[in-house]
Amino acid sequence: MTDLPLPPTSRHAPVVFGRTIVIALVALAVSAPWLTDANALQLGTQFLCLLTVALMWNLLAGYADILSLGQHMFIGVGAYAFYGLAANLSVMPHIAIPLAGIIALLAALPVVFVVFRLRAAYLAVGTWVVAEVFMLVAGRIPGFGLGTGTSLPLSTAKAMGATALDRAVSIYLLALAVALVAWLGTWMLLRSRHGIALMAIRDNEEAASSLGVNLIRTRLGVFLWTAPFLGMVGAITALQKMRISPTASFGFLDWTVFVIFIVVIGGIGSLEGPLIGTIVYFALRYALSDYGTWYLIVLGGVSVAVMLVEPRGLWALLRRWIGEDVIPVSHRAPKQ
Amino acid sequence: MTASIPVLHLSGLSRRFGGITVLSDLDFEIRKGEILGILGPNGAGKSTLFNLISGVLPPSAGAIIYKGTDITRMKPWDRCQAGIGRTYQIPKPFSHMTVFENTLLAAVHGARLSSAQARTRSMDVLHRTGLAPLAAQTAGTLRLLDLKRLELARALAGDPEVLLLDEIAGGLTEAECHSLVDMVMAIRDEGRTIVWVEHVMTALRRACSRLAVIYGGGILTSGTPAEVLADPQLKAVYLGADDAE
Ligand SMILES: Nc1ncnc2c1ncn2[C@@H]1O[C@H](COP(=O)(O)OP(=O)(O)O)[C@@H](O)[C@H]1O
Ligand SMILES: [Mg+2]
Repeated sequence: MTDLPLPPTSRHAPVVFGRTIVIALVALAVSAPWLTDANALQLGTQFLCLLTVALMWNLLAGYADILSLGQHMFIGVGAYAFYGLAANLSVMPHIAIPLAGIIALLAALPVVFVVFRLRAAYLAVGTWVVAEVFMLVAGRIPGFGLGTGTSLPLSTAKAMGATALDRAVSIYLLALAVALVAWLGTWMLLRSRHGIALMAIRDNEEAASSLGVNLIRTRLGVFLWTAPFLGMVGAITALQKMRISPTASFGFLDWTVFVIFIVVIGGIGSLEGPLIGTIVYFALRYALSDYGTWYLIVLGGVSVAVMLVEPRGLWALLRRWIGEDVIPVSHRAPKQ
Repeated sequence: MTASIPVLHLSGLSRRFGGITVLSDLDFEIRKGEILGILGPNGAGKSTLFNLISGVLPPSAGAIIYKGTDITRMKPWDRCQAGIGRTYQIPKPFSHMTVFENTLLAAVHGARLSSAQARTRSMDVLHRTGLAPLAAQTAGTLRLLDLKRLELARALAGDPEVLLLDEIAGGLTEAECHSLVDMVMAIRDEGRTIVWVEHVMTALRRACSRLAVIYGGGILTSGTPAEVLADPQLKAVYLGADDAE
C-alpha cells in the first residue's frame, strides 16, 4: 500500500482543536450569566438571536436552495404575536415565546405557496414582497400601536426579574435556550435522512431529484422548520427591547441583509459557517464601534472580498486545513 | 418468455429546445429483462431521451408508459422510487459528500431502505463497482473514471427495475471494459432491464440483446446487434462523425 495512514493524533489534531473551541464557546455561553454584567448579557442575547437567524437563513439558502429575502417576516410575526400574548392577553413571557414560535409557523403556511411557485430571483423578490405585506398589515392592527409601534407594559418586564441584571439574565437564558434548541435540532436534522437529502440538494439538485429526493417536500419542510425559531427570536427581541414596531420588528436590514453578509462571510452550506460569520460580525461591530456606520461598509467589503477569494466563505478555507467538519454531519461508511 | 413484455413504452415522444427539435414523434418499446444498446451520433438526442424518461425534463409532446402506467407527468423522484434509475453522461456527484454518502442517499431515498439496510446496500454497490476503497473520500476529489463508477454505483443503490446508463464505458482499458460488460450483464441477471447509451461498440455487441439507433429525432433502425451493426444506414449516420468507433 502506498497510502500509509497518518498517525491518528496528527490527523485529528486540528479537528480536536476546532471541537474544543466549539465546546468552550458553548460553556462560555452557558456560564455567561455568572461571569458578566447586564450590558454584556444584552449583547450576548443579540449574538444568540443573530446566530440562530443566520443558521436558519443558511439552512434555506445554503441547503434547500430557497434564496429568501423575507425571513424578517417571521421575526416580526413572532414579535407581534409575543406582544399580543404578553401585553394584551397577559400570558407569561416564558409561555408566550414558544407560542409566538407556533404562530410564526402558522403564518408560514400560506407563504409556502410562494416558495412552491417561485424559484431563484423570483423567489427572492416574492418573499421580500410578502414580508413587506406582513409589515404593512402589522402596522394596521388595532391594539398593536399601528404605524409607530408601542412599548410592552411594565408588568412584562417585571415578570422577567426585579432588577435590570435579573431581567438581562432571564432574557439571555431564554435566547440561549432557543439558540441551543435551534442548533441541536438543526444538527440532528442534518444527520437524519432528511439531512442527507438536503446536502444532496445543496450539491446537485437534479441528481438528487433523479435519485429519489422529493425536492418539493424537502424544501417546504425546511422552510417550515425555520419559521418557529425565527418567530421565537422575534419574541425575545421584542422582550429585550420592550418595544414592537413595524419597521424595527420586521427589520429587513437587521434580520435579512446583515444575516446574508454573516452567512456569506462565514460560509454558506455548512453548520460552522453561520457561527464563524456571526463572530466576525460582532467583532467588526465592536472594533469599529467608534466609527458610526463604517462597520457596515467594512462588513460589505469583507463579504465581497470573501466571496471573491472563496465563495463558500471562511469556513471553506479553514476546512481545507482541518480536513473534516468540526460539527460532524457525515455518515461514516461501516468498517470493513 | 418474459423478454417481450414492454416495461417502458415511449409513445409519440417529442422534445424541442427553443426552435430546435431534438426528438420528434419517437415511438419505441423497451422490453423487460433486456439490455438495449442505444447508438447515435453526438447531439442525436440520446441523453435527452434519458432526461425525458427519468423526468428531469418534460417532453414537448407524447407519453411515457411505465409498466402500464402513464408517468409522463410524474416527478423525477417518484419515477426513481417506482424503479427508474439513471446515470448522467457528465457526472453529477454530490461533491461535498463522501462516496459512501452519495450511494447512501440513493439507497435511503431511491430504494427507500431503512438506515441499516441502506448502509449495507451502499457498501454492496461500492464493492461491486470497485469504489469501496474510496468510500470515505469526498466525491468532489474523484477522477473522471471514478466519478463514472460512482454514477453507476449510485443508480444501482436506488434498486432500479429499469437502469438507464449514459456512456459509462468511455476511457476504460479493454480489460476494464470487459469487466464492466460482465457487471452490466450481472445486473441484468438480477432481473433488471438496462438501456445503455454507448459508443464503445465492442461493449454493446457483447452485452446487448438489442440495439437501436437514434437519428433525426427518432429511431432510425433497431434489431439484434448483428442486424443493426450490418445495417448500411448506421454507417451513413456515423459517416464523418468522429465519435464512432
Ligand atoms: N437542456 C437543454 N437545453 C438546450 N438544448 C439542449 C438541452 N439538452 C440538450 N440540448 C440539445 O439537444 C441536442 C441533443 O443533445 P443530447 O441529448 O445531449 O445528445 P446526445 O446525448 O445524443 O449526444 C443537442 O443539440 C443539445 O445541444
Ligand atoms: Mg449524450
